Amino acid sequence: MSELTLFLIRMAFLAILWIFVLSAISVIRSDMFGARVPETARNGAPAPARKGKAAKASRKPRRGAPTHLLVVEGENPGTRAELADAPLLIGRGSDAAIKLDDDYVSTRHARIAASGDEWFVEDLGSTNGTYVGPVRITQPTTIGLGVQVRVGKTILELRK
Amino acid sequence: MSQTGTLMGFVHRRRRGAELFLLVLALAVGIGAYAAVGLGVEGAVPADIIGYGGWLTGLIVAAHITVRIVAPYADPVLLPLVAALNGLGLAVLRRLDLTYESLGDPHTFARQQLTWMTLGVVLFIVTLVLLRDHRVLQRFTYTAGLLGIALLILPFLPLVGREINGARIWINVAGFSFQPGEVAKVMLVIAFAGYLVLHRDALALAGRRVVFVDLPRGRDLGPILAMFGVSMMILVLQNDLGSSLLFFGLFLAMLYVATERAGWLVVGGLLFGAGALAAYTFVGNVQNRFNFWLHPMDYYDASPGSYQLVEALFGQGWGGLIGRGFGNGFPERVPFAYSDFILSTIGEELGLTAIMAVILCYGLIVERALRIALISRDGFGKLMAVGLGTIIALQVFVVIGGVTGLIPLTGLTTPFLSYGGSSLVANWVVVALLLRISDQARRPTPRLDPVDDAGEDSETTQVVKLR
Repeated sequence: MSELTLFLIRMAFLAILWIFVLSAISVIRSDMFGARVPETARNGAPAPARKGKAAKASRKPRRGAPTHLLVVEGENPGTRAELADAPLLIGRGSDAAIKLDDDYVSTRHARIAASGDEWFVEDLGSTNGTYVGPVRITQPTTIGLGVQVRVGKTILELRK
Repeated sequence: MSQTGTLMGFVHRRRRGAELFLLVLALAVGIGAYAAVGLGVEGAVPADIIGYGGWLTGLIVAAHITVRIVAPYADPVLLPLVAALNGLGLAVLRRLDLTYESLGDPHTFARQQLTWMTLGVVLFIVTLVLLRDHRVLQRFTYTAGLLGIALLILPFLPLVGREINGARIWINVAGFSFQPGEVAKVMLVIAFAGYLVLHRDALALAGRRVVFVDLPRGRDLGPILAMFGVSMMILVLQNDLGSSLLFFGLFLAMLYVATERAGWLVVGGLLFGAGALAAYTFVGNVQNRFNFWLHPMDYYDASPGSYQLVEALFGQGWGGLIGRGFGNGFPERVPFAYSDFILSTIGEELGLTAIMAVILCYGLIVERALRIALISRDGFGKLMAVGLGTIIALQVFVVIGGVTGLIPLTGLTTPFLSYGGSSLVANWVVVALLLRISDQARRPTPRLDPVDDAGEDSETTQVVKLR
């Protein structure tokens, strides 16, 4: 095989190698900037607010739908938050909708939010975890009326 | 809040199409390299290119389909990068096989490596299918730690342990030799991540401040001293500088990430400095390595000498910017060109251009691992991703640094490139774990916004209530 052919083969291979590397970089680039951002981030106002604000005002609590979140056991029993203000933040921090004085609760412990007609509780990476019934949740979990959600030593429930 | 807020509005796409596109390119790199080896060394496209290419394609497609099914949101770049490096490594091994054969010392490194790669991909698939949530691993924190230490000790046991090339890091089971240390490092990452996620508050908050640096409390030094002890044990007993550096560096990096305190780096750096000094003074091997690094040419003819390193440097210099082309270099002059020194073969035959591409691939793998750690929602996943990324980063730095003469040479495998079954299989599992964490991290949470769609749904709500 002639010198020139070998040279061309080598060049072609190096070209393929670099095309691969540059394509990988371009995929990473598009992954960084090209992710589909829902209306939420684009307008600065979160989508629930944009879409939901008008709806929220007119929304009447349906029969049987929970209206508030209540602390049933723990340091601050009786504390409640209206679900109309969802998403609700639960934690020890001052920005929490339900502020708990429980040492076992993280500053931003969990979040209660709606998706359609269902209510979800989502753990926000708390230290001691969020439990629905006896189970420590690892992803947003549906909760219904009267289902006990435990954060730290506190138990919360959705109530009508 | 602001950080989570912005990240929550940020929906990751699945990007499986992009992954497929990159995988096709990665296969072009792997199979193209194999063809180029045949053309360069034998003057013809290898006869088994269809079978070889088909096998490689089958493995990659199987991995891709698994990712599509069980981890649809996983990072799209990791798998192609790994596939390209592995393919390139196979081709270079094939090239060395051909040379050794012509010298009357036949080896089948490429064939064996392909077998190991098959096993690696199978374990990759098994890991992804069985492990649906990486947080399950947190339950096995101490089990993993114990297993990791046990695996490190295994080579010393009389029946199974074996010493090859002066390093006692092998075990021999049923005719196969295996480096348990490669598996141990994955186990230790799980153990460190689980331990640090629980104890980081104590490690991060307590302490006193000395000249701009927060130094940790004496009583919190326990784990770092224990890990230092383990690293030193590896160094002294196994005579394996690379692994010792890898384990201690891994622990230090994870400790730093978990606590955000530079004080740990100072303590760790001092410990490492002291350990390195002690090793330099008492272990003759380490002293030699330093001398070879500082004055490679002086020890060319000595025994033990720097022959290997000098030949590798000659090779890379002879390769220049674009290399000599496959078949036109003399990689056989470098002992162990198929394992630790595979990069010098690449440097000689494909030149600096290819070495830069390879290093960039490793850089991208590490970047992706750190990116996964950034977007992961749970602390355990974050630490695990950092740890897995650190393993690859440290290994690559130590090996490539050693081969190019940047730092004293220590024996470690180049991930995915070098010949070595244990390392290859373990690294495929590492990639599977990274993909699993990234799938969890990039998967959008259920849309948690109040959408008012009263209608037939209200019926179901009532049923729930009545029950």
